[in-house]
Amino acid sequence: MSNVTEAVINRLQLQSEQIRKRLVEIVYTSKSGHIGGSLSSVEIETALYFHVMNIDPKNPKKEDRDRFILSKGHSVEALYSVLAAAGFIDDSLLETYGKFKSLLAGHPTKKTPGVELNSGALGHGLAVGVGMAIAAKMDKKSYKTYVLMGDGEQGEGSIYEAAMSASHYKLDNLVAIIDRNCLQISGKTEDVMALEPMRQRWEAFGWEVFDVDGNNISEVVNTFLNMDYNNKPKLMIAHTTKGCGISFMEKVAKWHHGVPNDEQYTEAIAEIEERIQQYANVSIR
Amino acid sequence: MTNTIPCRKMFTDTLVELAKQDKDIIAVTTDARGSVTLDTFAKELPAQFVELGIAEQNAVGVAAGLVSAGKKAFVCGPACFYVARSLEQVKVDVAYSANPVKILGVSGGVSYGALGFSHHSLHDIAVLRTFPGMHIVLPCDIYQTKKLVEELIDYPYPVYVRVGRNAVPNVYESENVEFKIGKANQLTDGDDLTIIGTGETVYHCLEASKILKEKGINARVIDMHTLKPFDKEIVEKAAAETGRIITVEEHSIFGGLGSAVTEIVSQTHPVPVKILGIPDEFAIHGKPLEIFHHYGIDADGIVNAALT
Repeated sequence: MSNVTEAVINRLQLQSEQIRKRLVEIVYTSKSGHIGGSLSSVEIETALYFHVMNIDPKNPKKEDRDRFILSKGHSVEALYSVLAAAGFIDDSLLETYGKFKSLLAGHPTKKTPGVELNSGALGHGLAVGVGMAIAAKMDKKSYKTYVLMGDGEQGEGSIYEAAMSASHYKLDNLVAIIDRNCLQISGKTEDVMALEPMRQRWEAFGWEVFDVDGNNISEVVNTFLNMDYNNKPKLMIAHTTKGCGISFMEKVAKWHHGVPNDEQYTEAIAEIEERIQQYANVSIR
Repeated sequence: MTNTIPCRKMFTDTLVELAKQDKDIIAVTTDARGSVTLDTFAKELPAQFVELGIAEQNAVGVAAGLVSAGKKAFVCGPACFYVARSLEQVKVDVAYSANPVKILGVSGGVSYGALGFSHHSLHDIAVLRTFPGMHIVLPCDIYQTKKLVEELIDYPYPVYVRVGRNAVPNVYESENVEFKIGKANQLTDGDDLTIIGTGETVYHCLEASKILKEKGINARVIDMHTLKPFDKEIVEKAAAETGRIITVEEHSIFGGLGSAVTEIVSQTHPVPVKILGIPDEFAIHGKPLEIFHHYGIDADGIVNAALT
């Protein structure tokens, strides 16, 4: 097992916080968005786009690219911020988010460079990912397909149809991730519809399961990079904090979607800025 | 000579031959290789065959993923399930995401006549017409089916094809039939009225026109194989030249062929239109032709509608 260097981790931590700041800005500016689940998924997407995936922002349709599907399409502010930081879209486009005729819809669409699937309806991404992974196997290509799902999303039965087929076809080139922040729009997932024991359920479906701290970028990156080709599809259960990185939003269900007021916005940005300074200083040192 | 080959068989036989030359052609199914007649495909091209078990939602999503990764995926199974159980996947993963998946819905309409409403698909045209970018084709015989499959391989849009279960009489004389998705065929000349059919009803429209001819009525018959994109011009011309239209479909009288025709003529050439189809009730059980007769979408019913 090989791990990435401290310098890389520090860079990714800094990028995560910059993305976190940008997504808070666009939610605040547009007065719309699903902020809680965007904040919880920042480290996962940052790890994928800035270290793990083989992608080219200048050639988003590159044939052998790794694929990423945001099945929890409502967490789109994180994805747009990542796509802008990675260079798939111009940062100025983010200013149009939520506005009349914007290219950037409230759920991802393929009109945005770097987006592989129009999502928004839950429980769709994994099946499409299975199709991509089967195609890669048929063509003997080495690209991987990553599908990020929500934990509340796990209520959708179509996911388990896809889970069955992924292990039936031994898709070890398919990586599903569950953003396990334990909250959905109505409250705690375990109160709304119990999802545990999640690991055992997926193992019973024939998947190899990795439990990680999903807001610890070092754990996330190293887990992605050390997945073997062993005929089993992979599931990362990313234990995260909804609203991660903004104290007053953390673990509060109402921030599933919510727009900070002026005071809250200032407080949120100050908190993120402090960490940006901290990581930037380490970087310089 | 009576045709004994069902359209679904012609579809899959043609697909197998084309798939042997093109490894990107993939057949996806849901424990329906028998009912679709995909056994030969599965046996001869196992590497291009994806069985997903009884899971239509997954099948449509997987097909979208395959297409997104450069494959030419045909997802095949009973029409009744693909346009109901997996409708959201058709809407989002296929139509909205502009993944040109080809959906072959077999045993459509009342093909499974005795099996009841769960197995009838009499709403498919109505629903799918409202999905932007979705194309819909109901071929009327084996020759047209063969031509359709050839056109579908590299067709850049998602398409839903509905065929029946049983062999149906040929409407065309050979596979040299003229066919293009979106361009309806006028089968007979006539200025007294126009009869427009789609899929299996086209044959009955032709038979009705022969009976009417004996009574001195010259009917123009149109094979409207494509419900979307809809051949507006041929309908406007028929309205202007014949002044009266009867539409005949193995589908609910709501939202299908009759609706598409009236949406056009009411706005450009207002003429009387009679819509023959399945009324707002759960269709009776029986053999397909018994059901056709009961609801007046066979030759007798069409003649009656023309004379009253």
